Amino acid sequence: MKKSLKALALLAAGACVMGALSGCGGSKKSEDANVIKVGGLLEMTGGSASFGISSKNAIDLVFKEINTKGVLGGKKLELVVADTKSEASEATNGMQKLLSQDKVVAVIGPNQSSAVIASGAINNGMKVLDITPMGTNPDVTVDPKTGKTREHSFRACFIDPFQGTVMANYVYKDLGIRKAAIYIDNTSDYAKGLAAFFKENFVKNGGSVVAEEAYLQKDTDFKSTLTKIKAADPDFIYIPGYYQEVGLIVKQAREIGLNVPMAGGDGWDSSKLPEIAGKAALNNTFFTNLYSPDDTSDLNKKFVAEYQKAYNTKPDVFAALAYDCALLVAKAIEDAQSTEPAKISAAMAKIKGFKGVSGEVTFNEQHNPIKSAVIIEHKDGVQTFKSKVNP
Amino acid sequence: MDPIRKFDLKAIIACILIYAVVQGLIAVEVIGPFWELNIVLICINIILAVSLNLINGYTGQFSIGHAGFMAVGAYTGAVITVKLGLPFALGLVVATISAGLLGFLIGLPTLRLDGDYLAIATLGLGEIIRICILNIDYVGGASGLMGIPRFTNFTVAFWLMIAIIFFIKNFKNSAPGRCCLAIRENEIAADTMGINTTKYKVMAFTLGASFAGTAGCLFSHYFFLAHPATFTFMKSFDILTMVVLGGLGSMTGSICGATLLTFISAYLSDFPEWRMVIYSVTMIVLMLRRPQGLFGSEELSRKMFRLGGRQNG
Amino acid sequence: MDTFFGQLCQQLINGISLGSIYALIALGYTMIYGIIKLINFAHGDIYMLGAYLGFFATTALGLSFFPAIIFAMVGAALAGIIIERVAYRPMRNAPRIAILITAIGVSFFLEYTMILFVSPQPRTFPSIFAATVYNMGPLVMNSQQLVILISAIILMTVLTYIVNKTKAGKAMRAVSFDADAARLMGIDIDRVISTTFALGSALAAAGGVLVGVYYNSIDPLMGMMPGLKAFVAAVLGGIGIIPGAMIGGIILGVVEALVSGFISSTFRDAAAFAILILILLYKPTGLLGKNVREKV
Repeated sequence: MKKSLKALALLAAGACVMGALSGCGGSKKSEDANVIKVGGLLEMTGGSASFGISSKNAIDLVFKEINTKGVLGGKKLELVVADTKSEASEATNGMQKLLSQDKVVAVIGPNQSSAVIASGAINNGMKVLDITPMGTNPDVTVDPKTGKTREHSFRACFIDPFQGTVMANYVYKDLGIRKAAIYIDNTSDYAKGLAAFFKENFVKNGGSVVAEEAYLQKDTDFKSTLTKIKAADPDFIYIPGYYQEVGLIVKQAREIGLNVPMAGGDGWDSSKLPEIAGKAALNNTFFTNLYSPDDTSDLNKKFVAEYQKAYNTKPDVFAALAYDCALLVAKAIEDAQSTEPAKISAAMAKIKGFKGVSGEVTFNEQHNPIKSAVIIEHKDGVQTFKSKVNP
Repeated sequence: MDPIRKFDLKAIIACILIYAVVQGLIAVEVIGPFWELNIVLICINIILAVSLNLINGYTGQFSIGHAGFMAVGAYTGAVITVKLGLPFALGLVVATISAGLLGFLIGLPTLRLDGDYLAIATLGLGEIIRICILNIDYVGGASGLMGIPRFTNFTVAFWLMIAIIFFIKNFKNSAPGRCCLAIRENEIAADTMGINTTKYKVMAFTLGASFAGTAGCLFSHYFFLAHPATFTFMKSFDILTMVVLGGLGSMTGSICGATLLTFISAYLSDFPEWRMVIYSVTMIVLMLRRPQGLFGSEELSRKMFRLGGRQNG
Repeated sequence: MDTFFGQLCQQLINGISLGSIYALIALGYTMIYGIIKLINFAHGDIYMLGAYLGFFATTALGLSFFPAIIFAMVGAALAGIIIERVAYRPMRNAPRIAILITAIGVSFFLEYTMILFVSPQPRTFPSIFAATVYNMGPLVMNSQQLVILISAIILMTVLTYIVNKTKAGKAMRAVSFDADAARLMGIDIDRVISTTFALGSALAAAGGVLVGVYYNSIDPLMGMMPGLKAFVAAVLGGIGIIPGAMIGGIILGVVEALVSGFISSTFRDAAAFAILILILLYKPTGLLGKNVREKV
């Protein structure tokens, strides 16, 4: 019994020390007037850790560069990362920590729509800006109940309806396809959103959806479902999802002799995709994206080169959009000429014609960037520009 | 069995004191929103841990599907408040009852199994519950049920936790509770002594499941949403770790385990890259040093209870 | 009807190839459980480790397929021995649940240390042996699928031989049957358990490399779900029984393929677990297990 009492005392002491340490640590850091803290609420661990780590890498790059000059006359930007553990409730927890412990002036992330929506209640309550790189669900910036824009929520990416619609029109009109199958990542609201709008517009155009199937993130074997899809005999398969699974799906589809065109959204954008799927298998596939790697803008070239140099791998879409988010936040701080969160939010809403690696950004009244989409085709593993669609 | 004994009275006074102190600290903002959030999380985790301890620790039935029941509570509670617009209190009651009902239905056939087989069966059932929820579009499917108002606060979470702790403590000392303990010590012997083992196993399992439902409802009404990705078997492992770390079969152990692990998790959030590595090493080392858990199956004595209670703040 | 039959056959092929992967992992699982009655949650992560070792061997060391797989097996065997030595051996007399928590801890540790070192981004495995596609009428099959199935069968046979015919195998069976009695008979239990871990881990690593080649993509969390499924497969076939793991794996694969093919792939995992629970309820010792009465 004595032993356990001792253990308990130790525990209590430990807990107090921990609390005190993190409490003091937090307040001490914020006293430094020359540092502006920006939160990165990202998926650092858990099933989607690859999203968050790409994003963090890109933000680090931006801040490093900006800090050579500084913002607001020489102040340094510091990234404080909180982990969402790839889980929406933990994102809420992390957001609370960033805002109340670390007292950040703005937050970047998370990438998963559900996490952005959940944590959005906190940052909107505390009137601090949050910009998500990849939270594509319309509800991220608009409250579905009231239809009002969430004042402090922004995004750098497309919303689901746009991409789905663009692809539906493209395959119906340009490729002349009438029978499509849809294969959705059932764990991702991004994929579900894209699929819903693709279906709506494809059917409205006069096409028919002959099969609707779903997979789960981290699945590796898709042959059974692909066999089922093959039996429905579609002329085209729409696979809005992320490249990890999409690569395997394309590879396995070609193996079982499913040679129809396939397409998806910006989740396909990765240099890993041709490696996973195989260059030959990837022929006759398309995807909608914000920017094309053929994009010869200096900014994009610089970004790709820098990223590759620093991390020894090509940036993916999470990195590209987080890079833009970081630039946008820095610009908003500069525009606001203040570190007051509410002013930064207001400045962000006013940003017009900002040039990022993923194209030009002007926010509409729903805090969605108005961006044009490009359709990209894979030819022998190389992304080639197909056409450009304006919103 | 007297509902309120002298000790209970003292303990209740202690709880009121703790509540007053913590609530006061929150009011004067010594405890900021982040730690307030973690304190509420600790309360929820304590409910989960003590309810799992009732099944694993007191009755000796190896269940690792607790997250499934939590999910049922989280979703049914949210359906009551969000979809039907009924009061939160009703949501809590319905969440508790529905999780308990499911626990009963699941427990009846599966509790015939024992040891690792029961463990893997409950793990499977937890996953089945989650996958079913994932496929129900009415509650948002894979996107989760969003827009849940924040009805849970420290007061609600704390007093529900206290109520559940007292309930389980009294259950343990009651006749059915002693039957459960007997089953843990030796099921065959308990059977020969005329104890209806199935009845008491199912009883403990149902109670444990329903309290997990309560915790789930509190959880979804604190974090604004119920999402299937929250309730994976990893969550079950987390709860199990709290219970085993504190000491299987020790109520105070579960309370301290839940508190400690929630604190470690919150503290490590400053080092996201290293968080899981440190967490896992802590877990392994603690188990190697004290495989019976911090408290073994002992309880803190009455005198120490207040000390243990202060941990909650 | 003809297309239905064709689809059914194709789904069976898909299922068997998926099942042989589960079987490969389940073989090691079942051995380790058989000997120390521990659900080694880290087994799926050893499989991941093996895949990465194979990846390292082919990309950095430039080895070809067979040396790479042997490199991975040896590396994983060492890792298995070290894990057993450090994390499980001191716990041998601890409560079962405590060892289980340790195993979960080891699993987290492997996953997240790996993330620290190699980043969570998936890696693409170089195609070290080419895939030929065989078309048999409407049915399609792939040479890699055959390789996996054949490897699983060979490894199972070798394992059965080792366990049933060799001296080391006899020692394993003795320890599994009654560890204390085995010790009294002069068997070095620690060594036998180490050998078992080495063997089991090597098998998992072989599975990891084969799967890496087959799916062409590996990541640090790739072992989580297959590990769990492999355990289900092992229980299904009768835990501790080597051919049982094989049968359990194949059945699980086929069930999953049929559910994905004819119902919906989102219910696939639920179906796998449902089958497991049904088996447990009606034949708790698994398909090939013998009923053992518990004595007072």
